[in-house]
Amino acid sequence: MTTQWLYLICGGLLLSSVMVLWRRELSAIVRLLVLQGVLLGALAGVLDVRLESAELGVVAVGVLALKAIVVPGILRRVLRDSAQDWGEARETEPLTNVPASIVAAALLTLLAYAAARPLVRLSPTAETHAVPVGLAMVLIGFFVLVTRRRALSQIVGFLLLDNGIATTAFLITGGVPGIVELAVSLDVLLVVLVLQVLTARLRTTFGGTDIDELRELHD
Amino acid sequence: MSLTGVPAALLVAAPIVAPLAASAGAAKLGWRRSVAIGTVAAALAVLAVGAGTTVWTAGGGAVEAGNWFRIDALSGVMLIVIGAVGGVAAWVGIGYLDDELATGRTTANRARWYGTLVPLFLAAMVVAVLANNLGLLWAAIEATTIVTAFLVGHGRSRKSLEATWKYVIICSVGIALAYLGTVLVNYAATQAGVVEHGTLDWTELVAHAGDLDPGVMRLAFALLVLGFGTKAGLVPLHSWLPDAHSQAPAPVSALMSGVLLPVAVYALARYRVIAVASVDPSFVRGLLLAMALMSLVLAAGLLLAQRDYKRLLAYSSIEHMALAVIGVAIGTPLAIAAALLHIVGHGLGKAVLFCGAGEILARERSTRIDAVRGLFGRTPLLAGLFATGLVALLGLPPFSLFASEVGLVRAGVDAELGWVMAVVLVLLLVVFIAISTKAAGILLGSGPPEPAAVGALRTSTVVPLAAGLVVVAVLGIVDWPLGALLLAAAEIVGTR
Repeated sequence: MTTQWLYLICGGLLLSSVMVLWRRELSAIVRLLVLQGVLLGALAGVLDVRLESAELGVVAVGVLALKAIVVPGILRRVLRDSAQDWGEARETEPLTNVPASIVAAALLTLLAYAAARPLVRLSPTAETHAVPVGLAMVLIGFFVLVTRRRALSQIVGFLLLDNGIATTAFLITGGVPGIVELAVSLDVLLVVLVLQVLTARLRTTFGGTDIDELRELHD
Repeated sequence: MSLTGVPAALLVAAPIVAPLAASAGAAKLGWRRSVAIGTVAAALAVLAVGAGTTVWTAGGGAVEAGNWFRIDALSGVMLIVIGAVGGVAAWVGIGYLDDELATGRTTANRARWYGTLVPLFLAAMVVAVLANNLGLLWAAIEATTIVTAFLVGHGRSRKSLEATWKYVIICSVGIALAYLGTVLVNYAATQAGVVEHGTLDWTELVAHAGDLDPGVMRLAFALLVLGFGTKAGLVPLHSWLPDAHSQAPAPVSALMSGVLLPVAVYALARYRVIAVASVDPSFVRGLLLAMALMSLVLAAGLLLAQRDYKRLLAYSSIEHMALAVIGVAIGTPLAIAAALLHIVGHGLGKAVLFCGAGEILARERSTRIDAVRGLFGRTPLLAGLFATGLVALLGLPPFSLFASEVGLVRAGVDAELGWVMAVVLVLLLVVFIAISTKAAGILLGSGPPEPAAVGALRTSTVVPLAAGLVVVAVLGIVDWPLGALLLAAAEIVGTR
């Protein structure tokens, strides 16, 4: 029974990553990140039941709070500030169009399945069979990062990548040791906060958050 | 012979607590002389612990504090690098920041941030090299991305903002990949039953490396090389480095070049021993060599085309980290010892050069090579220090970079990598020509008749710079005092 829940959640995680490529509106993308945060919390919860580990229950609550509430909250504030003060377009302006992005996501998912083969072979359980989903999320996050021009969409790419790593970590080992998990979560939060401050500075200095403006430094 | 118990815990705590105290002091009191001297003292405390623990570590022992922290000879070498480079950078930083404040280029508030973040950076780096847990090692290296973000952006110009954005995004992604690699190692270790002290315990992993699954470890090691390679400034995720190094305040560039990059190489050396025992060793060597050679080619090419002297120094850092990684790739004890000596020499030499470049920038108001001419004619002392630093960095005798480069080539030939060493030597020749012609442009010739009205060099700038150069020269001539420690460190992560 829990196996079906596990696969359903992993399907949802992958789908929500692909949907980020499909939606153009930044506010919709932030909503997708909230959904992904909820699914990650649910994944930790399901694994908690399957592996009967008390620690994972605590982690599930923490992940839910961080990834579904706190981080999207920060992103919403960035979005609101840029819309209010600068009337900036609320769209992502990708360098590749939607069909090309979806095809790329499909290819990256295939790549993830190929890369994950040694991981599955080592311990073929229901959990490790779902690991390619985590790796695919990492690759899609990387893709978003290199093909989007707005500062906020680059932050989104980083978060997708990080969610992918968290998914992989949960699936293969039921999470890393508690103190490392804490360090990682704290780190993601701090990186997002640093990027929030930097986005605000970009806006006041460059009059926008288009990364293409950043081209004064070169050889 | 190892040291455990309370004395060990105190020895491990000292180099972490001292910079933390300096950081807290700066946060509370703001930028002032006592705080700045406190940071220098903290760096010297790190140096002292590195030197003091050689009593145990140079003989192959370790100072062990619980399962989490451990000082062995390799950690000892890195402590010495952090302490020495940190000492030079913090000392020069006193005058640097006083000048910035006096000329209104920075504010009291930003100076307070500077004073707080620099020792915090040192503390994070010390935790990284003392950690016996690979998860903690990862977390400490990642923490430096956050700590140094605002140091890189200290100048608050358009350019420094651009550099900071690239730095945070690229390094966060790189280090996230290293985290994925760490997770996979954890998985392989769990499956192999390494659970005695937690599955990321380095000493446990080395002891059980042969049991780890090769397929998983291959993927993990590739991710770790890519991730820590990003922090070390290696291709393909190197592009943050020249921007960040050229925009950061001079002492911060010195710290990033002399400490941050080598600690990432150190992480690779620790992982390599585990990887060669679990994966096909030729895969490990090939991967490291490929990344290092690509980085060396890139650095040589861009050095030839360089028009900015701070970026020139940045690409030279990529070059030297590539050399250190080649040492790690060869992996014999001789190669590791040479790579570590190279890291020590490069750290001090580059600290001198970046701090010197900061002085040149303050006087000449430009980082363009063609805007600075005839430096010897106007400020002979500064020009002399800068030139000597460049000579050291180019690997000429008597400086220790000559000895370490000779050691690297010898180790490479011994390991039947003669053709690789031939390529390396050709690239080093290109680098030599590139740097020496650019340097001649800066140092010689006739400059503008009326130099910018800036006071004489401060003693607090000249003394650390000269001391750094003397140490690099001494290390190149005599084996003492580092020799035994380097060999002990090389035995720890070197394989025959």
